[in-house]
Amino acid sequence: MAANRPLHDLQHVEPVAANGLLHRRAFLAGGGALAAAFTGYRLSETAAAQQLADEPWSRKAGLRVEEYGMPSAYEKHVVRTLSNPQAQPRTQHGRTPHHLLHGTITPNGLHFVISHSGNPDVDPSRHRLVIHGLVRRPLVFTLDTLARYPMVSRVAFLECGGNSGLLFSSDPLQANIQAIHGLVSCSEWTGVLLSTLLEETGIDPQAKWVVAEGADSLALHRSVPISKALDDAMIALYQNGERLMPGNGYPMRLFLPGWEGNMNVKYLRRLKLTDQPSLGFYEARTYAPILPGGKAYQFYFLQEVKSFITHPSPGMRMGGPGFYEISGVAYSGNGRIAKVMVSADGGRTWAQAALQEPALPKAFTRFRLPWRWDGQPVVLQSRAWDEGGNAQPTRAEIIARRGQTAKPVTNPMAFPSQHYNGPSSWAVDASGEVRNAYA
Amino acid sequence: MRTRKTGRTALVALAVGLASAAGLAQSGLDAPKPNLGQPVSDADIAAWDIHVLPDGTGLPPGSGTPEQGAKIYATKCALCHGPEGKGGTNAALVGGQPLYALTAYILSLNKIIGPTDVMNAQTLPKVRMPNRDGFIPRFPERMPN
Repeated sequence: MAANRPLHDLQHVEPVAANGLLHRRAFLAGGGALAAAFTGYRLSETAAAQQLADEPWSRKAGLRVEEYGMPSAYEKHVVRTLSNPQAQPRTQHGRTPHHLLHGTITPNGLHFVISHSGNPDVDPSRHRLVIHGLVRRPLVFTLDTLARYPMVSRVAFLECGGNSGLLFSSDPLQANIQAIHGLVSCSEWTGVLLSTLLEETGIDPQAKWVVAEGADSLALHRSVPISKALDDAMIALYQNGERLMPGNGYPMRLFLPGWEGNMNVKYLRRLKLTDQPSLGFYEARTYAPILPGGKAYQFYFLQEVKSFITHPSPGMRMGGPGFYEISGVAYSGNGRIAKVMVSADGGRTWAQAALQEPALPKAFTRFRLPWRWDGQPVVLQSRAWDEGGNAQPTRAEIIARRGQTAKPVTNPMAFPSQHYNGPSSWAVDASGEVRNAYA
Repeated sequence: MRTRKTGRTALVALAVGLASAAGLAQSGLDAPKPNLGQPVSDADIAAWDIHVLPDGTGLPPGSGTPEQGAKIYATKCALCHGPEGKGGTNAALVGGQPLYALTAYILSLNKIIGPTDVMNAQTLPKVRMPNRDGFIPRFPERMPN
Protein backbone atom coordinates (compact mmCIF):
# COMPACT_ATOMS: atom_id res chain seq x y z
CA MET A 1 0.00 0.00 0.00
CA ALA A 2 2.51 2.52 1.20
CA ALA A 3 5.01 1.56 -1.48
CA ASN A 4 2.58 2.65 -4.14
CA ARG A 5 1.93 6.06 -2.66
CA PRO A 6 2.40 8.64 -5.36
CA LEU A 7 5.30 11.08 -5.21
CA HIS A 8 3.18 14.20 -4.74
CA ASP A 9 1.84 12.73 -1.47
CA LEU A 10 5.37 12.24 -0.12
CA GLN A 11 6.15 15.85 -0.64
CA HIS A 12 3.37 16.59 1.81
CA VAL A 13 4.43 14.13 4.53
CA GLU A 14 4.00 15.88 7.88
CA PRO A 15 7.36 16.63 9.55
CA VAL A 16 7.89 15.18 13.04
CA ALA A 17 10.12 18.08 14.14
CA ALA A 18 10.76 21.63 13.02
CA ASN A 19 12.34 22.57 9.67
CA GLY A 20 11.30 19.50 7.74
CA LEU A 21 12.60 16.51 9.75
CA LEU A 22 10.50 13.52 8.68
CA HIS A 23 9.71 10.32 10.54
CA ARG A 24 12.65 7.90 10.45
CA ARG A 25 10.49 5.35 8.61
CA ALA A 26 8.98 7.82 6.13
CA PHE A 27 11.57 6.67 3.64
CA LEU A 28 10.53 3.02 3.99
CA ALA A 29 6.87 3.99 3.74
CA GLY A 30 7.53 6.01 0.63
CA GLY A 31 9.56 3.28 -1.07
CA GLY A 32 11.29 4.09 -4.33
CA ALA A 33 9.26 7.18 -4.99
CA LEU A 34 10.86 9.05 -2.11
CA ALA A 35 14.31 7.77 -3.09
CA ALA A 36 13.80 9.27 -6.51
CA ALA A 37 12.82 12.56 -4.94
CA PHE A 38 16.09 12.85 -2.98
CA THR A 39 18.57 15.40 -4.15
CA GLY A 40 22.24 15.20 -3.29
CA TYR A 41 24.78 17.11 -1.24
CA ARG A 42 27.36 18.66 -3.42
CA LEU A 43 31.05 19.19 -3.00
CA SER A 44 31.16 20.94 -6.39
CA GLU A 45 28.78 21.79 -9.22
CA THR A 46 27.28 18.76 -10.91
CA ALA A 47 26.41 18.48 -14.59
CA ALA A 48 22.82 19.14 -15.65
CA ALA A 49 20.72 16.29 -17.04
CA GLN A 50 21.43 15.50 -20.68
CA GLN A 51 20.48 13.01 -23.31
CA LEU A 52 21.95 9.60 -22.46
CA ALA A 53 24.51 8.04 -24.80
CA ASP A 54 27.20 5.34 -24.54
CA GLU A 55 30.41 6.73 -23.07
CA PRO A 56 33.86 5.57 -24.30
CA TRP A 57 34.25 3.10 -21.41
CA SER A 58 31.12 1.33 -22.53
CA ARG A 59 32.57 0.68 -25.97
CA LYS A 60 35.98 -0.87 -25.26
CA ALA A 61 37.65 -3.37 -22.91
CA GLY A 62 38.57 -2.05 -19.50
CA LEU A 63 41.80 -1.76 -17.55
CA ARG A 64 44.06 -4.35 -15.96
CA VAL A 65 43.13 -5.83 -12.60
CA GLU A 66 45.63 -4.62 -9.98
CA GLU A 67 47.53 -6.82 -7.50
CA TYR A 68 46.44 -4.51 -4.71
CA GLY A 69 43.36 -2.56 -5.69
CA MET A 70 43.15 1.19 -5.34
CA PRO A 71 40.04 3.39 -5.50
CA SER A 72 38.93 4.86 -8.81
CA ALA A 73 41.07 7.68 -10.17
CA TYR A 74 38.01 9.87 -9.67
CA GLU A 75 38.29 9.36 -5.90
CA LYS A 76 41.74 10.92 -5.52
CA HIS A 77 40.30 13.61 -3.27
CA VAL A 78 39.23 10.99 -0.71
CA VAL A 79 42.36 11.18 1.42
CA ARG A 80 43.48 11.99 4.92
CA THR A 81 44.57 15.56 5.69
CA LEU A 82 48.06 15.80 7.16
CA SER A 83 49.19 18.15 9.91
CA ASN A 84 52.88 17.66 9.17
CA PRO A 85 53.30 16.56 5.54
CA GLN A 86 57.08 17.06 5.54
CA ALA A 87 57.44 14.72 8.55
CA GLN A 88 59.36 17.29 10.57
CA PRO A 89 60.52 16.11 14.02
CA ARG A 90 57.20 16.60 15.76
CA THR A 91 53.84 14.83 15.88
CA GLN A 92 52.09 13.90 12.63
CA HIS A 93 48.32 13.62 12.33
CA GLY A 94 46.34 12.12 9.45
CA ARG A 95 42.59 12.72 9.70
CA THR A 96 39.70 10.62 8.38
CA PRO A 97 37.44 12.31 5.76
CA HIS A 98 34.06 11.44 7.29
CA HIS A 99 32.19 13.65 4.82
CA LEU A 100 33.39 11.43 1.96
CA LEU A 101 32.61 8.08 3.60
CA HIS A 102 29.46 6.15 4.46
CA GLY A 103 28.65 3.03 6.45
CA THR A 104 30.58 2.24 9.63
CA ILE A 105 33.95 0.77 8.60
CA THR A 106 36.84 3.12 7.86
CA PRO A 107 39.03 1.94 4.97
CA ASN A 108 42.51 1.10 6.26
CA GLY A 109 44.27 3.76 4.22
CA LEU A 110 41.92 6.40 5.63
CA HIS A 111 41.99 5.31 9.28
CA PHE A 112 43.23 8.22 11.36
CA VAL A 113 46.88 8.08 12.40
CA ILE A 114 48.81 10.02 15.00
CA SER A 115 52.53 9.34 15.07
CA HIS A 116 54.52 11.17 17.72
CA SER A 117 57.86 10.12 16.22
CA GLY A 118 56.96 8.85 12.75
CA ASN A 119 55.95 5.33 11.77
CA PRO A 120 58.81 2.92 12.56
CA ASP A 121 59.70 0.46 9.80
CA VAL A 122 59.32 -2.69 11.90
CA ASP A 123 60.62 -6.00 10.49
CA PRO A 124 57.94 -8.45 11.68
CA SER A 125 60.39 -11.38 11.83
CA ARG A 126 62.52 -9.49 14.38
CA HIS A 127 59.70 -7.98 16.40
CA ARG A 128 59.11 -9.44 19.88
CA LEU A 129 56.45 -8.99 22.55
CA VAL A 130 57.64 -9.40 26.14
CA ILE A 131 55.28 -9.79 29.10
CA HIS A 132 57.11 -9.40 32.42
CA GLY A 133 57.10 -7.68 35.78
CA LEU A 134 54.60 -8.96 38.34
CA VAL A 135 53.94 -12.25 36.54
CA ARG A 136 54.70 -15.83 37.50
CA ARG A 137 56.57 -16.57 34.27
CA PRO A 138 57.95 -13.78 32.05
CA LEU A 139 57.43 -14.78 28.42
CA VAL A 140 58.44 -13.52 25.01
CA PHE A 141 56.32 -14.02 21.88
CA THR A 142 57.09 -13.74 18.19
CA LEU A 143 54.51 -12.74 15.61
CA ASP A 144 54.49 -16.33 14.33
CA THR A 145 53.75 -17.79 17.75
CA LEU A 146 51.00 -15.23 18.42
CA ALA A 147 49.40 -16.16 15.11
CA ARG A 148 48.85 -19.70 16.48
CA TYR A 149 46.77 -18.53 19.46
CA PRO A 150 42.98 -18.47 19.46
CA MET A 151 41.95 -15.14 17.91
CA VAL A 152 38.91 -12.94 18.24
CA SER A 153 37.50 -10.30 15.91
CA ARG A 154 35.50 -7.27 16.93
CA VAL A 155 34.37 -4.11 15.25
CA ALA A 156 35.35 -1.14 17.37
CA PHE A 157 35.97 2.56 17.02
CA LEU A 158 39.29 4.12 17.93
CA GLU A 159 39.37 7.79 18.92
CA CYS A 160 42.12 10.19 19.90
CA GLY A 161 41.45 11.92 23.23
CA GLY A 162 41.98 15.21 21.39
CA ASN A 163 39.39 14.55 18.69
CA SER A 164 36.77 17.34 18.38
CA GLY A 165 38.94 19.57 20.59
CA LEU A 166 38.28 22.53 18.25
CA LEU A 167 34.79 22.72 19.75
CA PHE A 168 36.41 24.11 22.91
CA SER A 169 37.16 27.28 20.89
CA SER A 170 35.23 30.29 22.22
CA ASP A 171 33.92 30.91 18.69
CA PRO A 172 33.17 28.23 16.12
CA LEU A 173 36.22 27.83 13.90
CA GLN A 174 35.32 27.41 10.24
CA ALA A 175 36.80 24.03 9.36
CA ASN A 176 35.33 20.90 7.85
CA ILE A 177 34.34 17.74 9.66
CA GLN A 178 37.69 16.15 8.79
CA ALA A 179 39.47 18.84 10.81
CA ILE A 180 36.93 18.79 13.63
CA HIS A 181 36.15 15.07 14.01
CA GLY A 182 38.79 13.35 11.83
CA LEU A 183 40.64 11.66 14.70
CA VAL A 184 38.13 8.84 15.14
CA SER A 185 37.71 5.81 12.88
CA CYS A 186 36.19 2.34 13.10
CA SER A 187 37.57 -1.02 11.99
CA GLU A 188 37.24 -4.72 12.51
CA TRP A 189 40.22 -5.67 14.67
CA THR A 190 41.46 -9.26 14.92
CA GLY A 191 44.01 -10.60 17.32
CA VAL A 192 44.69 -12.45 20.55
CA LEU A 193 42.98 -11.42 23.78
CA LEU A 194 45.54 -10.18 26.28
CA SER A 195 43.79 -12.29 28.94
CA THR A 196 44.77 -15.40 26.94
CA LEU A 197 48.46 -14.47 27.19
CA LEU A 198 48.22 -13.42 30.84
CA GLU A 199 46.77 -16.84 31.64
CA GLU A 200 50.02 -18.25 30.37
CA THR A 201 52.32 -15.84 32.23
CA GLY A 202 50.26 -15.93 35.41
CA ILE A 203 49.56 -12.74 37.37
CA ASP A 204 51.12 -11.81 40.71
CA PRO A 205 48.30 -10.66 43.06
CA GLN A 206 50.28 -7.41 43.60
CA ALA A 207 49.80 -6.42 39.95
CA LYS A 208 47.37 -3.54 39.44
CA TRP A 209 48.56 -2.02 36.19
CA VAL A 210 49.96 -3.13 32.86
CA VAL A 211 52.44 -0.62 31.44
CA ALA A 212 52.39 -1.04 27.65
CA GLU A 213 55.30 0.20 25.55
CA GLY A 214 55.94 0.43 21.83
CA ALA A 215 59.01 -0.30 19.72
CA ASP A 216 58.98 3.23 18.28
CA SER A 217 61.89 5.59 18.99
CA LEU A 218 59.90 7.29 21.77
CA ALA A 219 59.16 3.99 23.49
CA LEU A 220 55.68 5.48 23.88
CA HIS A 221 54.05 3.93 26.90
CA ARG A 222 50.77 4.08 28.80
CA SER A 223 49.47 2.45 31.97
CA VAL A 224 46.36 0.29 31.73
CA PRO A 225 44.44 -1.00 34.77
CA ILE A 226 44.69 -4.78 35.04
CA SER A 227 40.88 -4.98 35.02
CA LYS A 228 40.78 -3.60 31.46
CA ALA A 229 43.65 -5.89 30.44
CA LEU A 230 41.59 -8.89 31.59
CA ASP A 231 38.30 -7.58 30.20
CA ASP A 232 38.48 -6.97 26.44
CA ALA A 233 42.06 -5.85 25.72
CA MET A 234 43.48 -7.40 22.57
CA ILE A 235 46.86 -7.76 20.90
CA ALA A 236 45.57 -6.70 17.48
CA LEU A 237 47.32 -8.18 14.44
CA TYR A 238 44.76 -7.54 11.69
CA GLN A 239 42.65 -4.55 10.71
CA ASN A 240 39.71 -5.10 8.38
CA GLY A 241 41.13 -8.48 7.41
CA GLU A 242 44.66 -7.47 6.52
CA ARG A 243 47.73 -6.89 8.67
CA LEU A 244 47.75 -3.62 10.57
CA MET A 245 48.85 -0.60 8.58
CA PRO A 246 52.25 0.81 9.67
CA GLY A 247 50.50 3.95 10.93
CA ASN A 248 48.26 1.79 13.06
CA GLY A 249 50.99 -0.22 14.75
CA TYR A 250 52.30 -2.89 12.37
CA PRO A 251 52.89 -5.65 13.24
CA MET A 252 50.93 -5.52 16.52
CA ARG A 253 49.24 -3.03 18.79
CA LEU A 254 47.41 -3.04 22.05
CA PHE A 255 43.72 -2.53 21.37
CA LEU A 256 41.50 -1.33 24.22
CA PRO A 257 37.92 -1.12 22.90
CA GLY A 258 36.30 2.20 23.76
CA TRP A 259 39.38 3.71 25.44
CA GLU A 260 41.51 6.75 24.62
CA GLY A 261 43.42 6.27 21.38
CA ASN A 262 46.90 6.95 22.74
CA MET A 263 46.54 4.08 25.25
CA ASN A 264 46.19 1.63 22.34
CA VAL A 265 49.98 1.39 22.14
CA LYS A 266 51.30 0.72 18.63
CA TYR A 267 54.32 -1.42 17.67
CA LEU A 268 53.67 -3.07 21.03
CA ARG A 269 56.82 -4.76 22.30
CA ARG A 270 56.53 -4.82 26.07
CA LEU A 271 53.86 -5.27 28.72
CA LYS A 272 55.11 -4.86 32.27
CA LEU A 273 52.77 -5.70 35.14
CA THR A 274 53.31 -3.25 37.98
CA ASP A 275 51.78 -2.14 41.28
CA GLN A 276 51.70 1.53 40.17
CA PRO A 277 51.15 3.49 36.96
CA SER A 278 54.25 4.76 35.15
CA LEU A 279 53.03 8.40 34.98
CA GLY A 280 54.93 8.71 31.72
CA PHE A 281 54.94 11.77 29.45
CA TYR A 282 51.70 10.90 27.68
CA GLU A 283 49.69 10.27 30.83
CA ALA A 284 51.24 12.92 33.09
CA ARG A 285 51.31 15.71 30.53
CA THR A 286 49.91 15.29 27.01
CA TYR A 287 46.70 13.42 27.80
CA ALA A 288 45.97 15.16 31.10
CA PRO A 289 43.51 17.91 30.10
CA ILE A 290 43.64 20.96 32.38
CA LEU A 291 40.43 22.13 34.05
CA PRO A 292 39.40 25.74 34.75
CA GLY A 293 40.41 25.48 38.45
CA GLY A 294 43.98 24.51 37.50
CA LYS A 295 43.69 20.80 38.27
CA ALA A 296 44.03 18.31 35.44
CA TYR A 297 42.07 15.19 34.60
CA GLN A 298 44.33 12.18 34.53
CA PHE A 299 43.48 8.61 33.53
CA TYR A 300 40.48 9.69 31.51
CA PHE A 301 40.44 6.21 29.93
CA LEU A 302 36.98 6.34 28.32
CA GLN A 303 35.81 7.83 25.07
CA GLU A 304 32.31 8.80 26.14
CA VAL A 305 29.09 8.67 24.12
CA LYS A 306 29.20 10.95 21.08
CA SER A 307 27.67 11.50 17.65
CA PHE A 308 28.05 13.85 14.73
CA ILE A 309 26.28 14.38 11.43
CA THR A 310 28.52 13.61 8.48
CA HIS A 311 25.98 14.41 5.74
CA PRO A 312 25.57 17.31 5.46
CA SER A 313 28.55 18.79 7.27
CA PRO A 314 30.72 21.93 7.05
CA GLY A 315 32.33 22.45 3.69
CA MET A 316 29.42 20.86 1.81
CA ARG A 317 26.76 22.70 -0.16
CA MET A 318 23.17 21.62 -0.45
CA GLY A 319 21.99 20.91 -4.00
CA GLY A 320 18.89 23.09 -3.60
CA PRO A 321 15.70 22.65 -1.57
CA GLY A 322 14.09 19.22 -1.50
CA PHE A 323 14.55 15.80 0.08
CA TYR A 324 17.81 14.71 1.69
CA GLU A 325 18.95 12.02 4.05
CA ILE A 326 20.69 13.29 7.16
CA SER A 327 23.34 10.74 8.15
CA GLY A 328 26.05 10.45 10.76
CA VAL A 329 27.87 8.21 13.21
CA ALA A 330 27.33 7.59 16.91
CA TYR A 331 29.53 5.60 19.30
CA SER A 332 30.24 5.07 22.99
CA GLY A 333 33.11 3.58 24.93
CA ASN A 334 30.47 2.36 27.38
CA GLY A 335 28.68 0.00 25.00
CA ARG A 336 25.99 0.04 22.33
CA ILE A 337 24.25 3.10 20.96
CA ALA A 338 20.61 2.97 22.08
CA LYS A 339 19.14 6.09 20.51
CA VAL A 340 20.08 9.08 18.37
CA MET A 341 17.91 12.18 18.12
CA VAL A 342 18.32 14.79 15.37
CA SER A 343 17.29 18.45 15.48
CA ALA A 344 17.03 20.94 12.61
CA ASP A 345 16.32 23.94 14.81
CA GLY A 346 19.42 24.04 16.99
CA GLY A 347 18.14 21.63 19.63
CA ARG A 348 14.61 22.88 20.33
CA THR A 349 12.65 20.08 18.61
CA TRP A 350 13.92 16.59 17.90
CA ALA A 351 13.17 13.58 15.71
CA GLN A 352 14.43 10.06 16.43
CA ALA A 353 16.87 8.78 13.80
CA ALA A 354 16.89 5.24 12.39
CA LEU A 355 19.90 3.19 13.56
CA GLN A 356 21.65 0.89 11.10
CA GLU A 357 21.79 -2.64 12.48
CA PRO A 358 23.79 -4.23 13.91
CA ALA A 359 24.46 -1.61 16.59
CA LEU A 360 27.62 -3.16 18.04
CA PRO A 361 29.12 -2.18 21.42
CA LYS A 362 31.98 0.34 21.27
CA ALA A 363 31.60 0.63 17.49
CA PHE A 364 30.33 3.20 14.99
CA THR A 365 26.56 3.04 14.56
CA ARG A 366 25.30 4.81 11.46
CA PHE A 367 22.13 6.86 11.98
CA ARG A 368 19.88 8.27 9.28
CA LEU A 369 16.83 10.50 9.03
CA PRO A 370 14.84 11.72 6.01
CA TRP A 371 14.67 15.49 5.71
CA ARG A 372 12.82 17.90 3.49
CA TRP A 373 14.81 21.12 3.36
CA ASP A 374 12.70 24.10 2.41
CA GLY A 375 15.71 26.29 1.56
CA GLN A 376 15.57 28.35 4.77
CA PRO A 377 18.48 28.61 7.24
CA VAL A 378 18.52 25.74 9.77
CA VAL A 379 20.88 24.40 12.43
CA LEU A 380 21.36 20.61 12.45
CA GLN A 381 22.41 18.71 15.58
CA SER A 382 22.51 15.10 16.71
CA ARG A 383 22.46 13.70 20.24
CA ALA A 384 23.19 10.08 21.16
CA TRP A 385 22.37 7.86 24.14
CA ASP A 386 24.17 4.61 24.91
CA GLU A 387 22.75 1.45 26.43
CA GLY A 388 24.01 2.54 29.85
CA GLY A 389 21.69 5.56 29.70
CA ASN A 390 24.59 7.99 29.17
CA ALA A 391 23.66 10.92 26.95
CA GLN A 392 25.83 13.41 25.14
CA PRO A 393 26.00 16.51 27.31
CA THR A 394 25.19 19.88 25.74
CA ARG A 395 28.09 22.12 24.78
CA ALA A 396 27.03 24.52 27.56
CA GLU A 397 27.28 21.70 30.12
CA ILE A 398 30.75 20.75 28.91
CA ILE A 399 31.99 24.34 28.88
CA ALA A 400 30.63 24.92 32.40
CA ARG A 401 32.73 22.02 33.67
CA ARG A 402 35.73 22.20 31.36
CA GLY A 403 35.95 25.82 30.21
CA GLN A 404 36.68 27.10 26.71
CA THR A 405 39.47 29.12 25.14
CA ALA A 406 39.87 32.79 26.12
CA LYS A 407 40.26 33.77 22.47
CA PRO A 408 38.85 32.14 19.33
CA VAL A 409 41.03 29.35 17.95
CA THR A 410 42.23 30.08 14.42
CA ASN A 411 44.46 27.05 13.75
CA PRO A 412 42.40 24.05 12.59
CA MET A 413 45.20 21.73 13.79
CA ALA A 414 45.08 23.07 17.37
CA PHE A 415 44.06 21.05 20.44
CA PRO A 416 42.55 23.55 22.92
CA SER A 417 41.53 20.65 25.17
CA GLN A 418 40.42 17.02 24.98
CA HIS A 419 37.48 14.68 25.33
CA TYR A 420 34.76 16.91 23.88
CA ASN A 421 31.71 14.70 23.48
CA GLY A 422 28.99 17.34 23.15
CA PRO A 423 26.93 17.94 20.04
CA SER A 424 28.16 19.49 16.82
CA SER A 425 25.93 22.15 15.28
CA TRP A 426 25.95 22.52 11.53
CA ALA A 427 24.29 25.71 10.25
CA VAL A 428 22.85 25.56 6.73
CA ASP A 429 22.25 29.01 5.24
CA ALA A 430 19.80 29.96 2.51
CA SER A 431 22.47 29.52 -0.16
CA GLY A 432 23.00 25.92 0.99
CA GLU A 433 26.42 26.48 2.57
CA VAL A 434 27.04 24.35 5.68
CA ARG A 435 29.09 25.93 8.47
CA ASN A 436 30.26 25.03 11.96
CA ALA A 437 28.14 26.89 14.54
CA TYR A 438 27.29 26.84 18.25
CA ALA A 439 23.62 26.48 19.16
CA MET B 1 18.93 -27.33 27.63
CA ARG B 2 21.20 -29.30 29.94
CA THR B 3 24.28 -28.24 27.99
CA ARG B 4 23.35 -24.58 28.18
CA LYS B 5 22.79 -24.74 31.90
CA THR B 6 26.12 -26.50 32.43
CA GLY B 7 27.85 -23.87 30.32
CA ARG B 8 26.35 -21.01 32.27
CA THR B 9 27.24 -22.61 35.59
CA ALA B 10 30.81 -23.06 34.45
CA LEU B 11 31.04 -19.44 33.30
CA VAL B 12 29.80 -18.15 36.64
CA ALA B 13 32.33 -20.36 38.39
CA LEU B 14 35.08 -19.05 36.14
CA ALA B 15 34.10 -15.48 36.91
CA VAL B 16 34.73 -15.99 40.61
CA GLY B 17 37.82 -18.07 39.96
CA LEU B 18 36.43 -21.26 41.45
CA ALA B 19 36.07 -23.39 38.32
CA SER B 20 37.02 -26.99 38.86
CA ALA B 21 38.90 -28.78 36.10
CA ALA B 22 36.05 -31.26 35.81
CA GLY B 23 33.45 -28.54 35.34
CA LEU B 24 35.51 -26.84 32.65
CA ALA B 25 36.08 -30.05 30.74
CA GLN B 26 32.37 -30.79 30.90
CA SER B 27 31.45 -27.39 29.44
CA GLY B 28 34.06 -27.56 26.70
CA LEU B 29 35.79 -24.40 28.01
CA ASP B 30 38.99 -26.20 28.91
CA ALA B 31 40.69 -25.33 25.64
CA PRO B 32 44.29 -26.49 25.67
CA LYS B 33 46.69 -23.59 26.13
CA PRO B 34 49.07 -23.11 23.20
CA ASN B 35 51.98 -22.46 25.59
CA LEU B 36 54.09 -20.98 22.83
CA GLY B 37 55.59 -18.12 24.84
CA GLN B 38 59.33 -18.53 25.42
CA PRO B 39 60.49 -18.03 29.02
CA VAL B 40 62.70 -14.97 29.27
CA SER B 41 65.02 -13.78 32.07
CA ASP B 42 65.40 -10.33 33.57
CA ALA B 43 68.89 -10.20 32.06
CA ASP B 44 67.42 -10.85 28.60
CA ILE B 45 64.93 -8.00 29.03
CA ALA B 46 67.36 -5.53 30.64
CA ALA B 47 67.95 -3.44 27.49
CA TRP B 48 64.21 -2.93 27.04
CA ASP B 49 63.24 -2.60 30.70
CA ILE B 50 63.59 1.17 30.86
CA HIS B 51 60.57 2.22 32.92
CA VAL B 52 61.25 4.35 35.96
CA LEU B 53 58.18 4.25 38.16
CA PRO B 54 57.07 7.22 40.30
CA ASP B 55 58.53 5.69 43.49
CA GLY B 56 61.97 5.44 41.87
CA THR B 57 61.78 1.75 40.99
CA GLY B 58 63.93 1.17 37.93
CA LEU B 59 66.38 4.04 38.46
CA PRO B 60 69.92 3.13 37.38
CA PRO B 61 73.11 3.67 39.45
CA GLY B 62 75.06 6.91 39.09
CA SER B 63 74.41 10.60 39.78
CA GLY B 64 74.58 14.02 38.18
CA THR B 65 74.33 17.76 38.83
CA PRO B 66 72.74 20.63 36.88
CA GLU B 67 76.19 21.95 35.96
CA GLN B 68 77.21 18.64 34.36
CA GLY B 69 73.81 18.46 32.68
CA ALA B 70 74.14 21.92 31.15
CA LYS B 71 77.25 20.79 29.25
CA ILE B 72 75.61 17.62 27.95
CA TYR B 73 72.50 19.56 27.04
CA ALA B 74 74.42 22.14 25.04
CA THR B 75 76.08 19.48 22.88
CA LYS B 76 73.35 16.85 22.57
CA CYS B 77 69.96 18.48 23.10
CA ALA B 78 69.96 22.19 22.38
CA LEU B 79 69.80 21.78 18.61
CA CYS B 80 66.25 20.44 18.74
CA HIS B 81 65.05 21.60 22.15
CA GLY B 82 66.52 25.11 22.07
CA PRO B 83 68.99 26.80 24.42
CA GLU B 84 67.87 26.33 28.05
CA GLY B 85 65.01 24.10 26.96
CA LYS B 86 63.05 26.73 25.07
CA GLY B 87 62.37 27.54 21.45
CA GLY B 88 63.30 24.17 19.98
CA THR B 89 61.29 22.16 17.50
CA ASN B 90 60.88 19.00 19.56
CA ALA B 91 59.60 18.14 23.01
CA ALA B 92 60.88 14.65 23.80
CA LEU B 93 64.09 14.19 25.82
CA VAL B 94 66.64 11.37 25.88
CA GLY B 95 67.72 8.98 28.65
CA GLY B 96 70.75 6.71 29.10
CA GLN B 97 74.04 7.45 30.85
CA PRO B 98 73.58 11.24 31.17
CA LEU B 99 70.12 10.68 32.65
CA TYR B 100 70.76 12.18 36.10
CA ALA B 101 72.78 15.19 34.97
CA LEU B 102 70.28 16.11 32.27
CA THR B 103 67.34 15.57 34.59
CA ALA B 104 69.07 17.71 37.22
CA TYR B 105 69.73 20.44 34.65
CA ILE B 106 66.09 20.54 33.47
CA LEU B 107 64.79 20.50 37.07
CA SER B 108 67.20 23.30 37.92
CA LEU B 109 66.17 25.35 34.86
CA ASN B 110 62.62 25.09 36.19
CA LYS B 111 63.85 26.07 39.70
CA ILE B 112 62.54 22.82 41.18
CA ILE B 113 65.98 21.93 42.61
CA GLY B 114 68.99 24.09 43.41
CA PRO B 115 71.85 24.56 40.93
CA THR B 116 74.21 22.35 42.95
CA ASP B 117 71.80 19.57 43.98
CA VAL B 118 72.96 16.04 43.13
CA MET B 119 70.43 13.73 41.54
CA ASN B 120 70.65 9.95 41.95
CA ALA B 121 68.41 6.96 42.65
CA GLN B 122 67.85 8.16 46.23
CA THR B 123 67.36 11.91 45.73
CA LEU B 124 65.40 11.96 42.46
CA PRO B 125 62.25 10.16 43.71
CA LYS B 126 62.13 12.64 46.65
CA VAL B 127 61.90 15.68 44.35
CA ARG B 128 58.42 17.07 44.76
CA MET B 129 57.05 18.18 41.39
CA PRO B 130 55.01 21.40 41.64
CA ASN B 131 51.86 19.88 40.17
CA ARG B 132 52.07 16.63 42.10
CA ASP B 133 48.66 17.10 43.73
CA GLY B 134 47.16 18.73 40.65
CA PHE B 135 45.69 15.61 39.07
CA ILE B 136 42.28 14.05 39.53
CA PRO B 137 41.19 10.80 37.94
CA ARG B 138 38.26 11.32 35.56
CA PHE B 139 36.48 8.15 36.68
CA PRO B 140 37.71 7.25 40.21
CA GLU B 141 35.64 4.06 40.14
CA ARG B 142 37.77 2.77 37.28
CA MET B 143 41.08 3.23 39.10
CA PRO B 144 42.79 0.14 40.50
CA ASN B 145 42.68 0.18 44.31
